[in-house]
Formats: sequence, structure tokens, C-alpha cells
Amino acid sequence: MSGPPPPVVIPNFGGASKCVTNNDLFCADWVQHNWGSTLQPALLEHLRLTLIAVAIGFVIAFAAAVVARRLRFVEHPFTLVGALLYTIPSIALFQLLVPFTGLTETTVEIALIGYTLLILFRNTLAGFQAVPEDVLEAARGMGLRGREILWRIEVPLALPAIMAGLRIATVTVISLATVAAFIDDEGLGSPIFRAIQSNVFKTELFAAGGLAVALALFADAFLVLVQRLVTPWARRERT
Amino acid sequence: MRPVIDGFPWITDNLSLVFDKTGVHLLIAVLALLISIAIAMPVGVWLGHVHRGGFAAINISNVGRALPSLAVIAILIGVIGLGRNTLIVALVVLAVPVILTNAYVAVDTVDRDVVDAARGMGLRERQILARVELPLGLPLLFAGIRTAAVFVVATVPLGALTGTDGGLGDIIANQASYRLEGVVGAAICVAVLALLIDGLFAAIQRAVTPRGLRGQIDFAAVQTAAASNPQEEGTP
Amino acid sequence: MADRKAAGAGAAAEIVFSHVTKHYPGRRAAAVKDLSLVVPAGEICVLVGPSGAGKTTAMKLVNRLIDFDEGDITIDGRSIRELDAVELRRGIGYVIQQIGLFPHMTVGDNIAVVPRLLGWPKQRIRERVAELVELVGLEAGDRDRYPSQLSGGQRQRVGLVRALAAEPKVMLMDEPFGALDPITRDRLQNEFLRLHEVERKTVIFVTHDIDEAIKLGDRIAILREGGVLAQYDAPDAILASPADDFVARFVGADRGLKRLALRRLSEIELDSPNGIPPDAPRTSLQTTIRDALSLMLTEGAENLVVVDDSGEVAGLLSVGRVSRLLAEP
Repeated sequence: MSGPPPPVVIPNFGGASKCVTNNDLFCADWVQHNWGSTLQPALLEHLRLTLIAVAIGFVIAFAAAVVARRLRFVEHPFTLVGALLYTIPSIALFQLLVPFTGLTETTVEIALIGYTLLILFRNTLAGFQAVPEDVLEAARGMGLRGREILWRIEVPLALPAIMAGLRIATVTVISLATVAAFIDDEGLGSPIFRAIQSNVFKTELFAAGGLAVALALFADAFLVLVQRLVTPWARRERT
Repeated sequence: MRPVIDGFPWITDNLSLVFDKTGVHLLIAVLALLISIAIAMPVGVWLGHVHRGGFAAINISNVGRALPSLAVIAILIGVIGLGRNTLIVALVVLAVPVILTNAYVAVDTVDRDVVDAARGMGLRERQILARVELPLGLPLLFAGIRTAAVFVVATVPLGALTGTDGGLGDIIANQASYRLEGVVGAAICVAVLALLIDGLFAAIQRAVTPRGLRGQIDFAAVQTAAASNPQEEGTP
Repeated sequence: MADRKAAGAGAAAEIVFSHVTKHYPGRRAAAVKDLSLVVPAGEICVLVGPSGAGKTTAMKLVNRLIDFDEGDITIDGRSIRELDAVELRRGIGYVIQQIGLFPHMTVGDNIAVVPRLLGWPKQRIRERVAELVELVGLEAGDRDRYPSQLSGGQRQRVGLVRALAAEPKVMLMDEPFGALDPITRDRLQNEFLRLHEVERKTVIFVTHDIDEAIKLGDRIAILREGGVLAQYDAPDAILASPADDFVARFVGADRGLKRLALRRLSEIELDSPNGIPPDAPRTSLQTTIRDALSLMLTEGAENLVVVDDSGEVAGLLSVGRVSRLLAEP
């Protein structure tokens, strides 16, 4: 990393403009040229990685929370494992998985799912636990069965907490999925790493980094909106 | 399985390298954390004391948490160029929101009746802050610092992926030189380091909790998006 | 210094409101309007009225937690505007319904806050804390406990003596017993009155409970909506002759009975005990007239034999006598 900087090597050297060869701050024409071939696929891959991880993570965490809701002893071990996974730095967790599953998307997804578990489990369970006892008693008194109480009373009332958890889990996964490109060359991390290796090609750094930031903020705002739509009764609780 | 097992002897065989890298790792992390605290805490505490700017103070951490670390580093490399300082700036950008929000909430949510009583008894604003609001807000304030500390330690290795110092990340990112055992060994070290930092700050957090409050408070950092729910904040 | 000012146990100060008005920005009606009243040194003045009558606002003007727009308030002849707000507050005891004990300080440290701010010597603070803890019926060991380890009643006792700690001449109390259960409230009211005998301060006491006002107040200021003073007088006078319909309604249709509750049999002239009906019920001189009347009604008796502490007959009370008492101005 020392010595005089070698000339910038531009990938997809279609129509390199002066701006690109000078490595100016931002070249719109490069983005235009490479949108279809590089940036858009990377964005969609990123989205796919995120959705798979959050969906699978949610199924696991939700099921565990439903169990822990009744069997209190489940809560502690699950939280402990989740917290352990959550505290291990992403790059370390990825590398620790490589000996088992190789430099593959499987490795990436396992790690990403691991990071969602603590957040989704704790929020879902907290949502269940916040359901007032008198509401449950009323439901039982009206003759609702266990399963009916879960789906008609507990899940709707826990929804604000569940949605908040999904929101945090989603932005967390979007962030970590950029790092995942180090293991498996896909997603928005891929053009970022490439741009750094190409002796810091600024336009690609800004474009890919900006897309990742935009995706995260958009996803966050989108989930806030969904949260409001599905929980009209909780609106005044917003901070 | 073998490389994971081999990771442990690798650590003992390369202790001086591990110590060196851990030293750099902690140096960068401590520097970033101190700068973040110096920026975020006064602002958060002051806003909390005057009960102003709550919307901004709370939402800054919602936005801050959403920012992908690598993307922030990438953008800053584009602006500042490669180097250790770029990494530190990025870490500060990412750590400030959580510290600021927690400092704000810590002071803002101190029981208004207690503050009212303090004011009515003739404590000056400075004294109210120093003797009532800060001691009572300390656990929550430290929760923010703890979250930020773990986050920073976990994020330093990204420096190595982006062509600068990354502490232990230098080993993780360089399988060509250190082989898989080295990569795995360093990964274990980073994981242990993060857990140790978390434990250390948890202990400090308990130690700074006023005795009259012990057993009554939740030690989790403010989870702004989760509104009323307990939740920890962004590490990996 | 404030130390000097607060010195002198038992000292009390006269508080004078003259034409005090307070408007909150953005609200049309005044919170306190042209309020004038004098609270003599060492007396308990109860501010009472419906919500929105500005009683808490009027009280908080005194320690300048709220600043007034017009008029003046003086303590011992000095306008509070001339004093530094913080110095002023250190010389005024302050008790609120939510108590506001500092949860991170022990009971002893809570009580010692203002004396420490005033720079009292350590020995004096220690003695004062011990004295107050005892005065309010807590045990010496309670000094090192935290507020979270106390019951609601104990906490309010600590709140009360914390306000007394620096021997202020003035006490402000904002519904201090409002959150307590009826039995604890009654006990604390009695303790407060006893405390007031020992440490005579000028007290401004806010409540919305007219019975509490009658029980505790040397004088009662009844405020109506918009912070206007409806009547300011001794409880007996207000019950005997309410200034207008509002006051009459506020003190309640049973104001006659309430008035009877203010006086004990020992305070009135009793009829001669000649010709006592042999089956007449007996009661002590310490009974209130209201309780005596209640006794007559439940026993279905026209007369009551009143005995003193030694059991000697002190006199006779008749229903007719009670109704004549009610007619007195």
C-alpha cells in the first residue's frame, strides 16, 4: 500500500470519460454506463440476501418466542446464544464459518440469520409479555382457545414490538451484507471492494456506498410506514 | 472443523503478533470512542437537561443505526482518501448517534418531580445536572457508551478490508499470509475481545449505578425504534 | 449569607401577596388574578379551590419556580424579586405530592441536601438530621436506607423533614398528602400539626380537599377558576358565613356539621348538669361537637353527659344547644 499510486484501473472500461480517467469525485456518466451491468444487479443481490436472512431469522425467532412465552426456561438459553452471536464481529463470524461451509452464500446467510435472532426474539417475546394479563383472562373467559388467543390477541398486540424488531434486524442485515462480499462476491459490498482495489475509484465508492445507505434508510422508512399501517391503535406511542 | 481447532494453537504460537495487532486494534477503538464521547455526550446531556430537540436527538440514532458501516467507510474513503484517520472518522460518525441519544434520554427521563424538588430546594442548574440528573442518568448513559464501545471494537477490522490498519482485522483479511488457521485464530481473538469489552463495560455500568437504584433498572441501551421495548443496539 | 438568613430555629416570616397577577403565555385567562392576601408569621394558610383555580401556581410564585407578571410578594417585608431565586429557595421548605426524594441518596443525605448547600458544619448537619429523623417517628437506622426501601407514608415523612432541614422560615406544600391512603393521610396530617407546634413556620399549603383545608388551616384562601380569590378567612368564619354561592357550594351543604367538627366540647359552655336523665349517654370533653351530635343521633338521646378526664361530670349537652351554636355567626 505504499509507493506512488499506480494508475486507476477501471472495471467495465466501456466508455471511459475524462472524468473517469482523472478519478474525479463523481462521474455520472460512469454510473449511467454501469448501472445495468454492475450496480443494479448488486443492489438486487443485496436485497435478496437481506430478505432471505430476515425471513428465515424471523421464522426461527418467532417460533422460539412462541415457545418461550409459555415455557419460561427457554428464554434464557436462547437469549444467551443470540447475544453471543450478536456480539461476535461480523468479519470474525464469517471467517469462523468458512471452514464449515466455504466461501459461499450459505456461509453469508448463516451469519446474517445469526445476527437477526437476538433482536427478533427479544422484541417478539417482549411484545408477548407486554400483553396485559386481564386481556388474556377476558379472552379465555370468552372461550378462545390457546391458538386463537395467540393469533387473534397476542400477535396483534405484540405487533408494534415485532415490527420494531424487524426494522432493526433489517437495517442490521443490510449493513452486514455489504461486509459479506468479502466472503462471497455479491451484493453492494462487491463494487465497494472492487473500487478500493482499483486504487480507490471514487465514483464507484460513492455510487455503491450511497446505494447501500439509501437502501438502508429506505428500508427503515418503509418499515416505519408498515408498522403504522398495521398497528393503528399504537400510533400515539411513537416517540 | 480442523481449522477452527487449529486456530487456538495458532494464537499461542503467534502471541507477539496477536498482542501487536490487538494493541493497534484497541488504540484505534479507544481513540474513536473518546472522540465520539467528547462530541456526543455534552450535546446529548445538555439537550436532555433543557428537554429540547428530543425528536432530532432520538431520530439521529435511528438513522445512525441504519447506516451500513462499510458504506460509510467507503464514502469517507472517497472524500478523505485511504488511511487510519478515515477509519477513525467513520467510526466516530457511526458511534456518535448511539451515545448522543442515550445521553439525551438518560437526562431527559430523570423523574421530573425529583428535578422539581431539587430546583425548589434551591439547587442551581449546574448542581441539578451534576448532583441529580447525571447520577440518576448514569446507567443509561453508560449503556450508550457500552454499545458504542462494542460496536467500535467490532468494526475496526473493516479497516483491513478497506486497505488501512484494521488491528486484528489485518490477519483476518490476509489469508494468503496467515493461512486459514491464522484467519480463524484472529477471528476468535476479535470475538473474544468484543465479548470482553462488553463484559468490562457491563461491570462499569453496574459500578456507576447509584446504590439506591440498584435492582430497579434495565441495563439495556435505549432502543429508539423499539419504542417501549427492551433491546440492545447495533454491534456487528 | 443565606446561612444567616435561615438561622434561628422556630423563626417564621410574614408573607404578603399584593395585587399579584400571573398570565401563562398563550392562554387568555389569567392563572392568578390580582391576588392580595397576608399570611401572618407562623400560621398555616391553605390555598384551596377546584382545578384550574391557580392554587399551585400561586404557591410556586413564592419560591419563584414561576415568576409573576404584576404586583409583588414580600417575605418579612422584602420583595422576593430583590432576592436571588436560588438563595430564596434555600430559605424556603418545599414539599410536593410526588415527594421528589432523590432515589440515589439515603434518607439522611436527602435531608442534608440544603444544609450542605448552605455550608453548615458537619456536626450541626448530623445533629439536625438525627433530630428530624426522630421528630418524625422514623428509626435511627432508617437514616441509611434508600427511598425505595421505605413505605409511601415514610417517604412523605422524609419529604416533610427534608423541607424543614435548613430551618426555613417559610414552607410551601403542594398537596403533600394527596397520594396517600386515608388512614396514613390522617396520621400524617396530625403529625404535621404536631410538627408545626414544635417548629413554627409560615406555611402555604395547597390542596383541593376542603376537609383537609379545614383541618389544617389557620386561614383558608378559597380560589375560583381564573385565579380569583373568593374568600380568605379562618375556617370557622368561612363555614359560618360563606362569601357567596361559589364558596357555599365549595365548602359543601354540610358546612354546619364541618363547623361543629372544628370545636371540642371543652371549648364551649355546657349546660348545668342538674336533672340528668339517668340513661343519658356519656362522652369526654375532648369529643368534637360533631361527634357528640352524631352520638346523640345514633343513641336516640336528647342529651349527652360530658365528663372530664377524671370522670367527673362537667356538664350537659343538648340537641337544642347544638342548634343554637350553629346559628352563631
